[in-house]
Amino acid sequence: METINENIKKEIVKPPISDVGIIGWTRENLFSSPINAILTLGLLSILWFSIIPLIKWAFITSTWAPDSNCREASGACWSFISANYKIILFGFYPQDVLWRPITAIILLCTLLVISRNRNYWNKYLGYTWLVSLGIMGALLKGGIFGLAPVDIEKWGGIILTLQLSVFGLTASYPLGIALALGRQSKFPVIKTFCVFYIELIRGVPLISLLFMSSVVFPLFLPEGVSINAILRAQVAIILFTAAYIAEVVRGGLQGMNKGQFEAADAIGLNYAQTMRLIILPQALKIVIPPSVSVLISAFKDTSLVIIIGLHDLLRTTQVALSEPKWMGFSSEAYLFLAVIYFLCCFFMSTYSRKLEKELDTGL
Amino acid sequence: MVRFVSNCTITIYGLLEGIVNKDIDNISSHISFWYDPDKRAILYQVGAACLFAFVAWYLISNTTANLERQSIATGFEFLDREASFEIGESIIEYSAADKYSKALFVGFLNTLLVSFIGIILTIILGTFLGIARLSKNWLINKCATAYIEIFQNIPVLLQLFFWYAFFYEILPSPRQAFNPIAGLFICNRGLIVGIPAANPIYKYMAATLILAVIIIYLIKKWAKNRQNKTGQTFPVFSTSIGLIIGLPLLTWIFGGMPTEMNVPALKGFNFKGGLTVSPEFAALLLGLVLYTAAFVAEIVRAGIQAVSKGQTEAAVAIGLKPGQVLNLIILPQALRVIIPPLTSQMLNLTKNSSLAVAIGYPDFVSVAGTAINQTGQAIEGVMFIMIVYLIFSLLTSAFMNWYNKKMALVER
Repeated sequence: METINENIKKEIVKPPISDVGIIGWTRENLFSSPINAILTLGLLSILWFSIIPLIKWAFITSTWAPDSNCREASGACWSFISANYKIILFGFYPQDVLWRPITAIILLCTLLVISRNRNYWNKYLGYTWLVSLGIMGALLKGGIFGLAPVDIEKWGGIILTLQLSVFGLTASYPLGIALALGRQSKFPVIKTFCVFYIELIRGVPLISLLFMSSVVFPLFLPEGVSINAILRAQVAIILFTAAYIAEVVRGGLQGMNKGQFEAADAIGLNYAQTMRLIILPQALKIVIPPSVSVLISAFKDTSLVIIIGLHDLLRTTQVALSEPKWMGFSSEAYLFLAVIYFLCCFFMSTYSRKLEKELDTGL
Repeated sequence: MVRFVSNCTITIYGLLEGIVNKDIDNISSHISFWYDPDKRAILYQVGAACLFAFVAWYLISNTTANLERQSIATGFEFLDREASFEIGESIIEYSAADKYSKALFVGFLNTLLVSFIGIILTIILGTFLGIARLSKNWLINKCATAYIEIFQNIPVLLQLFFWYAFFYEILPSPRQAFNPIAGLFICNRGLIVGIPAANPIYKYMAATLILAVIIIYLIKKWAKNRQNKTGQTFPVFSTSIGLIIGLPLLTWIFGGMPTEMNVPALKGFNFKGGLTVSPEFAALLLGLVLYTAAFVAEIVRAGIQAVSKGQTEAAVAIGLKPGQVLNLIILPQALRVIIPPLTSQMLNLTKNSSLAVAIGYPDFVSVAGTAINQTGQAIEGVMFIMIVYLIFSLLTSAFMNWYNKKMALVER
């Protein structure tokens, strides 16, 4: 018996070299069948003929310095970005006080990074957010603490994009929760109204609401009262996002066990207490990942305000492009914007996936 | 005696019950108004209704006052007036002398056109990407993943602008147009393709194509019935292909085989003849399809992954052929998961086609926007836009309800 074992030990056969290491991996993952081999080679050649010229265009023959002459270079003209980044990012915000929006954005990013960690999620973080949003608003608007006031109409570029999405989501979340609760309500009048509102808004494109904000809202207001275009667009975005949030939250509410409602009734809590202490904390936790998706699409949708003539990131870029010196460099400009949007959205979507994994209790 | 006692007991119970009921009645009439949930519910709802009514009245009164002050007309008479603006492209005949109603209809048709073609292309591209995302081939898998991540995370409007700029700035002028294959020109005026010259035979070919589809539908029904009864199968797929290609081809041969082509030719600064796909349309279509396909790919992937592997193995074990496994086992189950989110993506594509206004393609929103600017009748214009898209979304949800009912698992 032992001799046999020893024989086996001696003859431990290594797997053939073609099954392990780089060769093995390549065989298994790239050339596992004739069709796969053809597909791999085809895709590789396509990549070779598209990526190489692209890299050459973007990095090797490109120009970077703000004052270089792009018309002579054959590659990408990143000079457009380095010469115009102030206008693209901050629009017509007074150039001498740019430190204010920059501080506000840094504050926002710091808060976002802190909020990534779920250990910090408590009511103090909520208060910090509210206070910081106030500080950011004060920094941008000015008029207090000796800061020179800046007209809201001059907010542009990334400031406007962030303002529309951050304030839009902060305001639309409570509204969406109220609508979702209304849709679940026992009272037919309130329920009908909420269902009607949610289905109406979700059935129409955001553009129609933005059109409404720019041409119909002014008619709604009493004589002599006027609200500036940015705030009207902000209202339209809030009303729009709230309907989507409401549907997401409704999903969470419907996922709640009926026993939770009954237990809350049994210990004598009223409707407001049941919702605030028992139902919403659990329901909102379930819907965090889909809420982040709504946040992502709200962030992307803010670019639509260009259609009613607001100067968001997209519009300020086009303003810079319309200068005769920089005409014809749209590809570079739009690629630059695409990178900005991609980084923001990708950050959010990876985070939402991570959160989904963490919150998944396997039930 | 026993019966008497039991009767008495019943009577006593009955009496007791009456008393108890009476007591409950008394109690409920003693509950003060504020603690009776039914009455409170009525009160809340009356309050809410009053609030809605007040807000509505306030807005309407403001609006009428504003409209009067700015002397803006109301109502829908403007639909009968002359539109007096040109529309860049249109499926039906349209001139500036036509009425607003016709202009809006042209816009509506354009929206339908771009959505319809967009939906078909999106489903094809999305399915390919979804399958590629599941491929065991590492390179294909990673490329599909990269595509999905990139195109999902960039706003569709930015993509539209990019493609529009691509068509206008990077592509050459008509004089230096790319000519990859005979009859196809690509330049900054769009895509110009040679099409067969008009001939009555093509109408008949279209008719036979429709006929072929109807025949295929009937054959499919008949084959299924026969299989249910006798177990014999019928090669429906190859017959369908034969019919769809064969019938129009036969018509073409019997119609004298016209081969005359309407080839685009450079005249002056632009092409004459052929079919021109404008840069606006091309950019809109490309942007919408590439963007939505990324979402469709994820839906398709999820649908395929939702069918457990055991289903395939079981199907193979009872001796089904690969085609049958796909058609009879996997697709019906995967489609049940795929179709509902897919329809909502198709609706999203239709809604996003309203971004055409940003690059100047005359879709419904763009035409309605022009009408609003000319007549000043903003409320009616925005109302039209909303109604058109609401109709789309109501039709979609009607379809979805019908489909869900049809596909619902019948539990036995």
